[in-house]
Amino acid sequence: MNAGTLYLGAGFALVLTGLACALLRRNLLRMVLGFSIVDTGVHLIIASVGSLAGRTAPIIDDPALLSDATTLAVDATAVVDPVPQALVLTAIVIGVGVTALMLTYIVRLHDRAGTLDVRELRELKW
Amino acid sequence: MIWLDALVCLLMVVVAVTATTVRNLVSAVIMVGVVSLLVSYLFLRMGAPDVAMTEAAIGAALTTVIFLIALRRTGEGR
Amino acid sequence: MTRTVVTLIALVAIAGLFFVLLGLGTPDELGTVSRHYVERGIAENRAANLVTSVVVNYRGLDTLGEVTVLFLSVTGAAFVLRRRERKPVDAKASRASEIVQTGARVLVAPIMLFGAYIFVHGHLTPGGGFQGGAVVASGVLLLLLADRERELPHGLMSWLESLSGFAFVVAGLAGLWVAGSFLANRGVLPLGEWNRLLSAGIIPVIYILIGLKVGSELAALLDVMMRGEAVAGGPSGDRHRGGGKRHGGGTSRRAGKKRTKGGRR
Repeated sequence: MNAGTLYLGAGFALVLTGLACALLRRNLLRMVLGFSIVDTGVHLIIASVGSLAGRTAPIIDDPALLSDATTLAVDATAVVDPVPQALVLTAIVIGVGVTALMLTYIVRLHDRAGTLDVRELRELKW
Repeated sequence: MIWLDALVCLLMVVVAVTATTVRNLVSAVIMVGVVSLLVSYLFLRMGAPDVAMTEAAIGAALTTVIFLIALRRTGEGR
Repeated sequence: MTRTVVTLIALVAIAGLFFVLLGLGTPDELGTVSRHYVERGIAENRAANLVTSVVVNYRGLDTLGEVTVLFLSVTGAAFVLRRRERKPVDAKASRASEIVQTGARVLVAPIMLFGAYIFVHGHLTPGGGFQGGAVVASGVLLLLLADRERELPHGLMSWLESLSGFAFVVAGLAGLWVAGSFLANRGVLPLGEWNRLLSAGIIPVIYILIGLKVGSELAALLDVMMRGEAVAGGPSGDRHRGGGKRHGGGTSRRAGKKRTKGGRR
């Protein structure tokens, strides 16, 4: 098993753990914790798809990584994929924004209803 | 070095499962922060230092703080 | 009980799907688009950090969308918990310890400087606007923790955030005007030499703007979450203070007990 499959498996395990926490617990804050774990697992999965074995990070500060020094072309077999890293960067920042909004709504809900137990919040059930 | 990465992955999954089942909410929040930190190490090992820095600064630090603030405001932070 | 059983069955099904996906593994070669970004990245952008050139230039519209989403979420949070008046702070409970106060005085300036360093050097070293902004917000958090009665300058932070976002769009429009496509990097500012601080065209300028915007935004979010009070629209405003007596209209509701179906206002 190579390193990419190991990280992929760890990401899948985190997603399953977070889903179990979000679906099986009654406390609203625990649900948000579960979603946060799912987020982290998904980021790990995306980044592990971009990581290729034996290559270095895509920061070109060493002229040895250039394949052609006059046209500044980079050797495409020496660095990992930069596109999934850009996607995960965006996803992490959006994740913290969404988590903050969820927690704000939970604080407000607790102020109004006095409980954090999802089974007692029945206004939307029909 | 893959055995070290395998050990960190195993530790991370164990801490995540423990965060699901522990009773005290403050402990659960801190454990999710520890999961973020271990994921940041794994990002570094995958050759993604940018992502590792972002996860450490935003995921491990700011998300934990936001959770603790919300815990305190709803009175669960004992 | 059926809820638990159905959930477990669903989780087992998802685990099976993941097992199948795990058999596919991860790719071994760069894709076509990534190969273009890697091979031509330095020639076209002169930024040593390829992830920065992807985030700011090649996928710049995604970054604009991300900045918008963060702005919307912080605005939403501030709207729900907006401050109506200053809550009278309990004097004994709010003093931080001596270590925190002294440490905050010593550490806030280096933390802000470190955050600024991270987002100014985003095109040369790992880092960039989002990381630097988060570090600056952590510095502001230290200030808030050390002195519970400190008022952050909300007017200044709001102006900083709005102007930075606006300047980001103006930089994109400048690229449209000069080079024909939004957020283009050719021709607006000189590209310079690779691996120098003043290089990579408009990328460092955009990252500085993003760093300022994200830093002030996250600091405002932390301040709102720590100090914001929900504007009272009924029985909620007095929950912390009154403990039982409430005024404001609506049906009486009992906290924590099951409420009757129907009979909502």
